[in-house]
Amino acid sequence: MSAPRRVLRAYGTAAAFLAAAVLLSAMVGAADLNPWATASALLDKLPFVDLHSGLSPLDQAVLFQIRMPRIVLGALVGGLLSLAGAGYQGVFRNPLVDSGLLGASAGAGLGATIAIVYLGGSGPATVPAAAFVGSLVGVAVAYLAGAAAGTGTATLLLAGLAVGMFLTAIQTLVLQRSAQDIQQVYSWLLGSLATGDWHQVVEILPYAAVSTLAILLHGRHLDVLSVGDEEARTLGMRPARIRLVVVAACALAAASAVAVSGLIGFVGIIVPHAVRRLAGTSYRLVLPLSLLFGAGFLVLADTLARTVLAPGELPIGVVTAVIGSPVFIWILRTTRAVRT
Amino acid sequence: MRARQRNNRRGPLVRSLTAATTALAVAAVLAGCSSGGSTTATSSSSPSAAATAASFPVTVAASNGKVTVKSAPKRIVSLSPTATEDLYAVGAGRQVVAVDSDSNYPSNAPVTKLSGLTPNVEAIIKYSPDLVVASADSGGLVAQLTKVGVPVLIEPAVTKLDDAYDQIQQIGTATGHRAQARQTVTSMKSAIAADVAKAGTAHKGLSYYWEVSANPYYSVTSQTFIGQIVSLFGLKNIADAADKASDGGYPQLSQEYIVTAKPQLILLSDNSAADGGQSPAVVAKRPGWSGVPAVKNSQIVGLDDDIASRWGPRLPQLVAQIAQALEKAPAQ
Repeated sequence: MSAPRRVLRAYGTAAAFLAAAVLLSAMVGAADLNPWATASALLDKLPFVDLHSGLSPLDQAVLFQIRMPRIVLGALVGGLLSLAGAGYQGVFRNPLVDSGLLGASAGAGLGATIAIVYLGGSGPATVPAAAFVGSLVGVAVAYLAGAAAGTGTATLLLAGLAVGMFLTAIQTLVLQRSAQDIQQVYSWLLGSLATGDWHQVVEILPYAAVSTLAILLHGRHLDVLSVGDEEARTLGMRPARIRLVVVAACALAAASAVAVSGLIGFVGIIVPHAVRRLAGTSYRLVLPLSLLFGAGFLVLADTLARTVLAPGELPIGVVTAVIGSPVFIWILRTTRAVRT
Repeated sequence: MRARQRNNRRGPLVRSLTAATTALAVAAVLAGCSSGGSTTATSSSSPSAAATAASFPVTVAASNGKVTVKSAPKRIVSLSPTATEDLYAVGAGRQVVAVDSDSNYPSNAPVTKLSGLTPNVEAIIKYSPDLVVASADSGGLVAQLTKVGVPVLIEPAVTKLDDAYDQIQQIGTATGHRAQARQTVTSMKSAIAADVAKAGTAHKGLSYYWEVSANPYYSVTSQTFIGQIVSLFGLKNIADAADKASDGGYPQLSQEYIVTAKPQLILLSDNSAADGGQSPAVVAKRPGWSGVPAVKNSQIVGLDDDIASRWGPRLPQLVAQIAQALEKAPAQ
């Protein structure tokens, strides 16, 4: 499809974007660490490099225990949400679907709310685990409901919508019964990376790796599916089975992200579309590029979230929408329309 | 948006939103009555001595305007945990027939399923109240109850210590316990003054971080009610630097800022299991926090979350808890 050169250039751009986002993000923050000392402290961690950063132990703790895990977590979450969004868009042949689809966000919200209200949100892992399970259960119920209602992707989407509404209503009901937890629940629903630590990175890494691999391996299948189920069958593929696998993998990816960050909307829809504008519509390229650009995008968004009002913070959802929307429209305007 | 009608029991964010909504509602009520009355929460009762239960009808200027109580109320419904505490403190407890589901003090208060956040007027009327006290005029509470002749006092979250005292006086006046209310306020004032005096000036300038919630990190500035209380000890609030992050005085702080601001004292109002379980032990174990002076010196205090989020008669206990923590802190 694409010339190898164009592919290489696209990967190069994406990798450079992500690297630049991470480096920039590491060098700024409310703690006012010296940017050059920060850079050298980071380089010092590389093998065979020995630099003296001059950072105090407290500053080192801030950099390596607070700032860096947050950046890595942001990259993971952004990458997973974008990849899941792109995967869903391929499965449903619908450019408007997002990673929160099919009851995933609603299920995660219900899970987190139940954990906060009934389990007191105690213990660092309760809420993420509940959100993770809730997200997967939401998707599973939507999938089964959709399959029971008939075939076709539109039915599945509508079933997902209905299940999502239902779960959101239950969540509101639970919340209504326990007013004192409202602030905690809403903070979670708005999404945040503010408390990210290495522990969370390690916790979601296995799920992130498995789901990412599964989605990336299906790029070619999604390309064929985009032509039509008939064509796919003539090539010996089983569309229903491919859909199930990709949906499951996307659900796992989104659930891992949501578990540690809460609900961060919008990323899963704008990043894949921006990628299509830059690199064409083949899923073999859109999927991996969405992963990389999504990671860089969320790192940048979170950098703004924690620096614009420093030492205060902005909710990250506000940043992704306020910065993301105009940038997205600009990308739409300045690039040649490509069929999506 | 949905958060607007809600909680006053906890959560300053929600509380400030509610306060804004209440202000709007008050404005609307005033416009409707074309009344130019004051909306400040000051009692209109004269500070004359020897006021007794016999002095009805009384008029108090609550935040919802002037409210007249015709005779000594015998069936009071409280929809606000703070108001419930106030009612019992001024000696009106025996007149209380129902309190909302969030009112958990004192323990003998008649807790019901009534909600103060999304009040159901019909459910309230079932208790045939002759006075209703709430902290917000949610869902047209005042208008509807006024229609059926039930006086309503709206006593919203305060921003100044003096306003908290005023509310206690108002509740005392409206329930026929003016003298005991004055006594309550006087003893609160002297208890607080005694603790502050005892702490002295040895800790002036000691820096502190007040944690409202941990995910994300919300704090209070010195402008808030709670911030003013801690300021009585002359402590320095690290959240003041983030003032621009929130008009309401409840900024979300960057974790790395909290750590590098090196607070010498950490006060937690999110430490109970129901509030997020951020106990001193949990806070001490947070990655990257070990170098914070308050963590190194074990100067982390788990406050009583309820007292710290209300503006009622138990405030001296909060002050005492802070004073106790300061006793162990090194002098500045």
